[in-house]
Amino acid sequence: MLLDSLFNGVAIGSVLLVAALGLAIVFGLMGVINLAHGELMMLGAYTTYVTQLIFKLPLLKPYYNAYVIVSIFFAFIVSGVVGILLEKTVIRKLYGSPLETLLATWGVSLILQQFVRSVPLAYGTGLVISLIIGLFLPSVFSSKVKESINFKYVKFSSWIFAALAGVLSGNLISSSVSKLSRASARNVDVTAPAWMRGQVEILGTAFPKTRLMIIIITLISVIAITLFLNQSAWGMRIRAVTQNREMSDCLGISTEKVDVLTFGIGSGLAGVAGVAVSLLGSVGPNVGGNYIVGCFMVVVLGGVGNLLGTIFASFGIGIMTDLIGAGRLLSIWPDMPLPLSNTINFFATTSMARVMIFALIVIFLQFKPTGLFPQKGRMVES
Amino acid sequence: MGQLPNLNEFMRISRRILAGLATASLAVSVTSCGGGSDTSGSFDDTVTVGILHSLSGTMAISESTLVDTEKMAIAEINAAGGVTVGGKSYKIDYIVEDGASDWPTFAEKSKKLIDQDGVPVVFGGWTSASRKAMLPVYESKDAFLYYPIQYEAQECSNNIFYTGASPNQQSEPATDFMYKRSPAAGKPFFLVGSDYVFPRTSNTITKEQLKSLGGKVVGEDYLPLGNTEVAPIISKIKKALAPSGGGVIINTLNGDQNVAFFKQIQDAGITPSNGYYVMNYSIAEEEISTIGPEFLEGHYGAWNYMMSIDTPESKKFAADFKALYGSDRVVADPQESAYNMVYLWKQAVEDAGTFENSAVREALVGQTFDAPQGPVEVMPNHHLAQTVRIGLIKPEGGFEILEETDGVVFPQAWNQFEPSSKGYACDWTDPSKGERYKL
Repeated sequence: MLLDSLFNGVAIGSVLLVAALGLAIVFGLMGVINLAHGELMMLGAYTTYVTQLIFKLPLLKPYYNAYVIVSIFFAFIVSGVVGILLEKTVIRKLYGSPLETLLATWGVSLILQQFVRSVPLAYGTGLVISLIIGLFLPSVFSSKVKESINFKYVKFSSWIFAALAGVLSGNLISSSVSKLSRASARNVDVTAPAWMRGQVEILGTAFPKTRLMIIIITLISVIAITLFLNQSAWGMRIRAVTQNREMSDCLGISTEKVDVLTFGIGSGLAGVAGVAVSLLGSVGPNVGGNYIVGCFMVVVLGGVGNLLGTIFASFGIGIMTDLIGAGRLLSIWPDMPLPLSNTINFFATTSMARVMIFALIVIFLQFKPTGLFPQKGRMVES
Repeated sequence: MGQLPNLNEFMRISRRILAGLATASLAVSVTSCGGGSDTSGSFDDTVTVGILHSLSGTMAISESTLVDTEKMAIAEINAAGGVTVGGKSYKIDYIVEDGASDWPTFAEKSKKLIDQDGVPVVFGGWTSASRKAMLPVYESKDAFLYYPIQYEAQECSNNIFYTGASPNQQSEPATDFMYKRSPAAGKPFFLVGSDYVFPRTSNTITKEQLKSLGGKVVGEDYLPLGNTEVAPIISKIKKALAPSGGGVIINTLNGDQNVAFFKQIQDAGITPSNGYYVMNYSIAEEEISTIGPEFLEGHYGAWNYMMSIDTPESKKFAADFKALYGSDRVVADPQESAYNMVYLWKQAVEDAGTFENSAVREALVGQTFDAPQGPVEVMPNHHLAQTVRIGLIKPEGGFEILEETDGVVFPQAWNQFEPSSKGYACDWTDPSKGERYKL
């Protein structure tokens, strides 16, 4: 019983965590209020759908069982690249003006929602492929080529190549997968492969496999991002820039590159979250909007700029949701006084549990406005 | 609750006054474009009707199918010679407005259709929220709304015709079936729904009904619209139903929340093979194909119309729709209801011999129509007497019809299980009775 409850709390929390992880980086570390975060998740969810259909083609059919794993990488790349494009075209111009960023990213979120409604997914995929090639092809050339005066022509021609590749792949996909060749506002469905459906029994309690899978995805993402930020050279640079931008700039760190990279990684993680949520519900243009409020809530509660806080906050909210929403307290303490048990029963519905949790968060933030684990140091004081 | 009759009284009086003003000023709208522009020479004139559904936003997926069906019915009527009123034949033209899944927009567009376009009738709406937003507009202007969706009732307007099922034509026979004749007969019930007016009202009725049947409701929960985290609900269902080895789940979730619900209950082992049976009030053929029959197989649905009805009318309706919009499309209960209402309006107008509102209203009551579901009849409470069917969802999609009522079930605008409306009825043909009178 207790194990079941704990698992449920962790399961709800890990969905929140995987969704909020990218935002913890973009909003937490960079301070960018990205309202299009939910739509980057949506792109990840659609990537899962497209990957699923492509793996149903005769050529890839034998590997169908692995499509979810593959789509995690695809989703990271797709959302990451769209995020990088977003950073380069919109957000870079708006650093330091949070209100304008908020409005602009909200606009972007509307554009992305309408995009998946009115563009056939096959051509959407083609467009993303050409973006990937166009953004990354120039960087494979040696530094000698890059420094030459004619590099802009190389860049230009690689964009032409990218456009061609995009059109070709779009056409190829649309001719081979008929479901992707028509635009549709209807929600689509991702079906987990057989090995991920049903439940496993651990210690006498049955756990749904998709939930376990989401917990695993979350765990891996958290570990990977922590290792990256703390161990790798680029991770150190990211942390240096977020702690003191001017000083890092003086010491020769390209803050521009760091910004692009940070935003790209945050967006990529949103894509991974998209894969996770596509396993739970349906995939549609509005799927991201359902999670965005929860994401901000988790990041603010955990303390802006602190990954550990985000982790604690999401599991805390998850466990609370389960405790209140499923009326667990009553089964833990069956003979509590009547007025108390009536109150608990009143809040033991999903709607009321939400109200209760929001109320608790608001009260908590009254006493600790900087969240569970406030960032310490000079940056905060300045 | 005590204030409600007073409010109704007030509205009734003000409506009378307004109605008088409105009928005096509202000319019958017959746009005469009888000039050379009309391509089909066989019509004497044109009448323009309004179609008002969401073509954008969350509800667009469902509501656009109604627009398609209504257009099909209008095209059929036109092909058969149009509407004949007072010896003149009228071609039906239509103006489609977008309610944009936004309830105030429905009211605003209704005003536009009535005042600017002067349409004699509006076919529209899906959600109860949109109907509640439109109702005051139609009542104050004494205009007409035809509303095609099964709903929670507890409402009876002189200006709305309800062609969908009232609770006693869907949820009551379904509850009866689940409690007495389903594989989970006699087992306890758990009620799940989206958090808005239809599921809550419908479940209140179900609870009262089960009380009188001797059944037990062991739990009830509502998911806020847009929320897809069903884990707490699933653990509650398990906790409540597992001791009795399964049971009945009554599901009134909305749209894509169903996808999350069915995917996750299957993973959690809440399946027919383990003794859990879900009865659905909002899942028709269209939704089965979106959610995926592999998740719904073995669960139940209750409707007036099901595509698998084996009659020539039903087959023709499905075939015509497919011929017009593509072979992968399906027809479902809401569409059939939308189709019927266009025909019923046409018949009433022809019988009345005018497009004038009060005459059409009188002529409409008592109209019968051989609908795809079988014969239907408009009753004095502005609802439709129709057949009720219980279906089992098949592995390949669609329903296998398990039972259907012997003939039509008469609609109750005021529910007889719910204490606040018990003993009341609605009759617009008798001026002394009206919206709500004691039986």
